[in-house]
Amino acid sequence: MHELSIATNIVEIASQHAQEAGGGRVAALTLRIGRLACVHEDALRYSFELVREGTPLAGAELRIVAVPVTVWCPRCNAAFELPGIQRFACPICSTPSADICAGRELDLESIELLEAADPRLEAADS
Amino acid sequence: MTQPRILEVRTKILKKNDETAREMRRRFEDAGVLVVNMVSSPGTGKTAFLKETLARLVARGIPVAAVVGDLETDNDARRLAESGAPVRQIMTHGLCHLEADMVQAHLTDWDLASLHYLFIENVGNLVCPTSWDLGESVRLALLSVTEGEDKPLKYPGLFNTADIAAITKTDLAEACDFDRDLARANIEAVRPGMRIIETSTKTGAGIDEWLAELAARRR
Repeated sequence: MHELSIATNIVEIASQHAQEAGGGRVAALTLRIGRLACVHEDALRYSFELVREGTPLAGAELRIVAVPVTVWCPRCNAAFELPGIQRFACPICSTPSADICAGRELDLESIELLEAADPRLEAADS
Repeated sequence: MTQPRILEVRTKILKKNDETAREMRRRFEDAGVLVVNMVSSPGTGKTAFLKETLARLVARGIPVAAVVGDLETDNDARRLAESGAPVRQIMTHGLCHLEADMVQAHLTDWDLASLHYLFIENVGNLVCPTSWDLGESVRLALLSVTEGEDKPLKYPGLFNTADIAAITKTDLAEACDFDRDLARANIEAVRPGMRIIETSTKTGAGIDEWLAELAARRR
């Protein structure tokens, strides 16, 4: 289950950013995951829940934006979204294309930080 | 009540691995060694294919080495060492794929500049190794005739990242009713233009073609 490695990397990166921003707790994270990244969303959520414990990300909500695959068609001179990932060809003119524009993403887009002095944190702590 | 502060991070989740892989790729290029990352399901015959490759290259006096990843045991390293090439085993103890730093740790004190080729046999898995760059120049995806022609369609993510596809165990093709045209069409569908080589370590078919392809890519 490689999702555990991915979750560990997410928690490390987000914790570091939270710390550099002056501490506080991470309320939510947004990921962008391409269909070609071979990530199983449930497995990632499960792994994330395990790894986030005891970090500034404990309790953080994980938002996942799925990115479809887009290829460049040299004949149409344009990028097209593919309906699936079994056939890498232009959906308009059927020209095969190995030129992937999007769909491999495995990115941490943003984090939502609650300031250390946020009253909601004190409420959550009590 | 204060709103949460949104930090636009825009960072690759596998940044650490990517950086290590980039460093390794530079080191491999400086040393003039062509590095091949071999990926397939368990049982495709990666080890037999690699053993034949190593033995042929050793017989031609070409300096080669290999690192091999498995969850447990050093059986594969021992089998591969029979080829006469230096081989190191990486035991991942349950991890389903190799990561760049694991390979890097097994390369210390190896004189890369003395090698023409270095082969990395990944853990048998067609999903998990996909996103982990190991600094390789060539990613070889292997598929045996016993696995069925539609394997590339079932695992398009990995096949789409490969540079070369090897079909293995072609000596069993007839017994398995293997449709080679269909298999080739499926590989072409998920990775248009990819070089496909049909091989058998038993009959030796396709191995010369594979070695010629390697030599061309090293130039």
